[in-house]
Amino acid sequence: MTELKLPSIDYAALSPILIMLGVALLGVLVEAFVPRRHRHLTQLSLALVAVLGALVMVVFNADERLVTIGGAIAVDGPTLFLQGAILVLAAMALLLIGERSVERGGAFVAQAAVTAESADDRRQAEGSNGTTEVYPLTTFAIGGMLIFVAANDLLTMFIALEVFSLPLYLLCALARRRRLLSQEAAMKYFLLGAYASAFFLFGVALVYGFTAGMPNRTAGVDLATVHAAVKDSPASPVLLFAGMALLAIGLLFKAAAAPFHVWTPDVYQGAPTPVTAFMAACTKVAAFGALLRVFHVAFADAAWDFTPILGAVAVLTMLVGAVLAVTQTDIKRLLAYSSIANAGYLLVGVLAPTGEGVAGTMFYLAAYGFSVLAAFAVVTLVRDADGEATHLSRWAGLGRRSPFYAGVFTFILLAFAGIPLTSGFMSKFAVFGPALENGQAWLVVAGVLTSMVLAFPYLRVVVMMWLSEPGDATPTVTVPGGLTATALMIGVVATLVLGVLPAPLLDLATDAATFVR
Amino acid sequence: MDEILTYAQAEPAGAVAYAPAGGLLSSVWLLVAIPLASAAILLLLGRRADRWGHWLGVAAIGVAFVLGLGSFLQLRGLENKSVELSLWDFITVGHLRVDFGLLFDPLAAVFVLLITGVGFLIHLYAVEYMAHDEGRRRFFAYFNLFVAAMLLLVLGNNYVMLYFGWEGVGLASYLLISFWYGRPSAATAGKKAFLMNRVGDAGLAIGIFIMFATLGTTQYDEVFNGVGGLAGGTVLVLGLLLLLGAAGKSGQFPLQAWLPDAMEGPTPVSALIHAATMVTAGVYLIARSNPIFSANATLQLVVVSVGAVTLLMGCLIGAAKDDIKRVLAWSTVSQIGYMFLGVGLGGAAYALAIVHLLAHGFFKANMFLGAGSVMHGMNDQVDIRRFGGLSKHMKVTWITFMMGWLAIIGMFPFSGFFSKEPIIVAAFEREGWTAWLFGGAALLGAGLTAFYMTRLFVLTFHGPKRWTEDITHPHESPKLMTIPLVLLAIGSVGAGFLLATSVPDWLTATAGLGGQEEGHEAVLSHAVITVLSLLVTVLGAGLAWMLFRAGTATEPQPAGVLVTAARRNLYTDAFNEAVFEKPGIFLTRALVFLDNRGVDGLVNGLAAAVGGGSGRLRRLQTGFVRSYATSILTGALLVVAAFLAVQAGWLA
Repeated sequence: MTELKLPSIDYAALSPILIMLGVALLGVLVEAFVPRRHRHLTQLSLALVAVLGALVMVVFNADERLVTIGGAIAVDGPTLFLQGAILVLAAMALLLIGERSVERGGAFVAQAAVTAESADDRRQAEGSNGTTEVYPLTTFAIGGMLIFVAANDLLTMFIALEVFSLPLYLLCALARRRRLLSQEAAMKYFLLGAYASAFFLFGVALVYGFTAGMPNRTAGVDLATVHAAVKDSPASPVLLFAGMALLAIGLLFKAAAAPFHVWTPDVYQGAPTPVTAFMAACTKVAAFGALLRVFHVAFADAAWDFTPILGAVAVLTMLVGAVLAVTQTDIKRLLAYSSIANAGYLLVGVLAPTGEGVAGTMFYLAAYGFSVLAAFAVVTLVRDADGEATHLSRWAGLGRRSPFYAGVFTFILLAFAGIPLTSGFMSKFAVFGPALENGQAWLVVAGVLTSMVLAFPYLRVVVMMWLSEPGDATPTVTVPGGLTATALMIGVVATLVLGVLPAPLLDLATDAATFVR
Repeated sequence: MDEILTYAQAEPAGAVAYAPAGGLLSSVWLLVAIPLASAAILLLLGRRADRWGHWLGVAAIGVAFVLGLGSFLQLRGLENKSVELSLWDFITVGHLRVDFGLLFDPLAAVFVLLITGVGFLIHLYAVEYMAHDEGRRRFFAYFNLFVAAMLLLVLGNNYVMLYFGWEGVGLASYLLISFWYGRPSAATAGKKAFLMNRVGDAGLAIGIFIMFATLGTTQYDEVFNGVGGLAGGTVLVLGLLLLLGAAGKSGQFPLQAWLPDAMEGPTPVSALIHAATMVTAGVYLIARSNPIFSANATLQLVVVSVGAVTLLMGCLIGAAKDDIKRVLAWSTVSQIGYMFLGVGLGGAAYALAIVHLLAHGFFKANMFLGAGSVMHGMNDQVDIRRFGGLSKHMKVTWITFMMGWLAIIGMFPFSGFFSKEPIIVAAFEREGWTAWLFGGAALLGAGLTAFYMTRLFVLTFHGPKRWTEDITHPHESPKLMTIPLVLLAIGSVGAGFLLATSVPDWLTATAGLGGQEEGHEAVLSHAVITVLSLLVTVLGAGLAWMLFRAGTATEPQPAGVLVTAARRNLYTDAFNEAVFEKPGIFLTRALVFLDNRGVDGLVNGLAAAVGGGSGRLRRLQTGFVRSYATSILTGALLVVAAFLAVQAGWLA
């Protein structure tokens, strides 16, 4: 009988992931054993402590560069930077999720099983405390994202994709108000997500086939093997290119790139706003982290082949996002299309073949995450008796009613539009610069032109808030509780600081821009 | 003229090198941060800070002064007196690097002391002057903002930092001129100042762009070391653009018209911003950029000419005005003309101009505050024809104002004598007939200054009373106003000699400033010029005394061509209106027409296309999962097909 050879495991390097998943399991136990009235506080503090603990471990591991657990996980600069970004943004999202004073009982339904729009449902909407299962679900999702950006083989990546997607499908369905919309969004997200996962898995299979038959090397789907296979596999390149295309589709779906973006507006609109914020910030980071790793590590030598096609996808994404944002009438859908357009800009950074492109993309992800979280935090505050007032016509004259929050939102919109002295300007610069240097001027031209188109919907909101007279329908801005206020302030300050003083984070990203194989 | 243009290029500046900051000097950034923080606190706390806000404002400037003094003392002990403090990389784009850094060298140090020292006294004065104004806290917030911006302007170590400060003081000046925004005249004056400054600022901005384009840097040391390698024409254009900026900020010909109108602001503002500090920023810019200006003789000639024209113009108009603050404003224009003359002469005269700037800061601030004190006692009357005989009622104001008056007309041994007379001498040291031209202008200006300042002094404090009926007993101002007056008066008396003997040596450590260059022999001997200048001063003052000791009419009198012209600002406003405003309005109308018909048509067409496209595309977002899945499938097929096409080489 042969001895089973166990891979060596570097627990310290894996500790952020282990902490998140461990606490998520603990959260399930809390749900079972802690009395109902203590659960909210316990769960929220547990989740926040886990995120902070994981963040501490990421910082502690800052100099690690290794591949561990049998080549399944790579802990390197991009992993650590992106894990750090996910954790910081997730902490802010948790603050929004944990807020219970803006709306009595929080943004989540108390009993998800109650029939939507029934009498029971209306009763729960009036103030029963929201379900606390959202915290373990969120921590599972965060844990999955941490694995996703670190995954060094395609199967681990697939598992991680499912680990963070499944909780998100559930979270989308848990809105306290407009339950039908919320459930519909979750259903759509789930069906289409499963569909996209199938593409991804099929891609993995084809790539595996491609790696077979190499001299002196066994077949496999770890990125190093794929990388070697791209160089000298005797298998038909049809396998490689079809596989690469299908893998890309699976990832571009999560990243909300056109034409795989179709779920985004519906899901962003239907999901509870804190969850939307979480998805817009953290899922984006995770999806682009994986894209970076797959295309810079596994397929780096095929860059000449995939760049034009993904470039076309990027341009299409920018166009669709920008043009469709113009006619939106709902603030959450507007932000969804803006998020799609931003995915296009991020792809420009991914396609720049140098370390600067990687650094620029990572900077963009962090900066955008802060801004978008702050934007959705404001959205949670503008409300009337029926919950959030998301229709844009309701925002008219908001500047007169609540100049402070209207001012904050204006600032964030200017950041989205890429006005200098905001992080939006610096991050666009960080991805367009490397693209320009590497001869991809066409992407930059498309980026600048669509930015101009995209500035219009943003400025339309600004004009509406400040230059319209407030009407009877203009909602007031609720005074935020401490949690939302903290998240909002962190987002706004980060947007400002990264615009004025971007050098430290840019340097950090530049130093972290090398992958291990 | 050819002779001047081909006049040998002045020697290129030696290599400029700055030392890193240490000790107290490493906290020199606090000089900017403290007033800025104070301004932010005052603005953000709102009405909650109304009761104590003004004292916070005063304290911030006081602390900045102490810090400035400490840094100054430490700088004295250093070998390399140019200390640079890099805070962070502000802009790093390709090959362009802009440092967020400060430079503390002798030139910056004297400016820091002037700004914080005189600023502190004026702040103190303003506490009392603005005591009855509802907006006192807001006033101090803007005032501190101004000080912060001005300190940033003089402390930056590159042109971009200078530009930041430059715009900052412009903003603060605009806010303070139109501080009483309820008055239409104040609002208009604020706008006028803002617009005329924009013209100058545009020049400065383009100048900085040229530096980017030709030298690839805006750091002072790199620009100064690199300017020798530039083509003569480039240096000329660069210098002219910087000069345009300087002229805008300093109220010099042809951008002088805003400065007298700026007197609509509260008097402490006129004293600090429009007399002592901000308006001298132009002089600072030229002195700081002296390696650029010294590199081209034509450029220096232009600067000298601007200075000479402005100084005479200021004198002539000042003599015809009846508003106490406007006379002082035109005298500021004229005195800054002297400073431009000085910096234009180059070489050792740079330091002379700075000396005059410092001395002027003292005596002009003194006189403005004195004017404020007079207005305070006379129900805000500003017409000097309605004063008279105030010397008996306002003893302190009278004595202190007298010190300022004697200083500005350059009477021995007051400060103006030590600071202005060397500039006149330096003007006479030029080559050939230009020595006579510019020396003569400077000398004539001295006589005219004596005339109109004496007129102002005599009509205000002496002669018969010509008060309006509502004033029975003018009162002296409270202590908090008179103490700064006394201190500034002491400065007006004593500072001149001290400054004239110490500052030029001190400034030698600054690149190119105060260097003892071999001058040409003056066309007249030094002694003769000194006697002449004292003589014209006494003549001018005596004439004014004779004419006005018995008072004057309280209504405008018919006058000759020259006086009428002077009363109308030498028709410069009419000129501006005819040459810039009318064609400007016409051009605007033409552009609006073009814009409406042409550009808007195009833009609207594009917008309609985007909007229409958006509306149509929106219909694809049906809300049905099946159509979404179809769309994803179509996309997937296209992407896979494209990859396979690439593989097959169809797209190559």
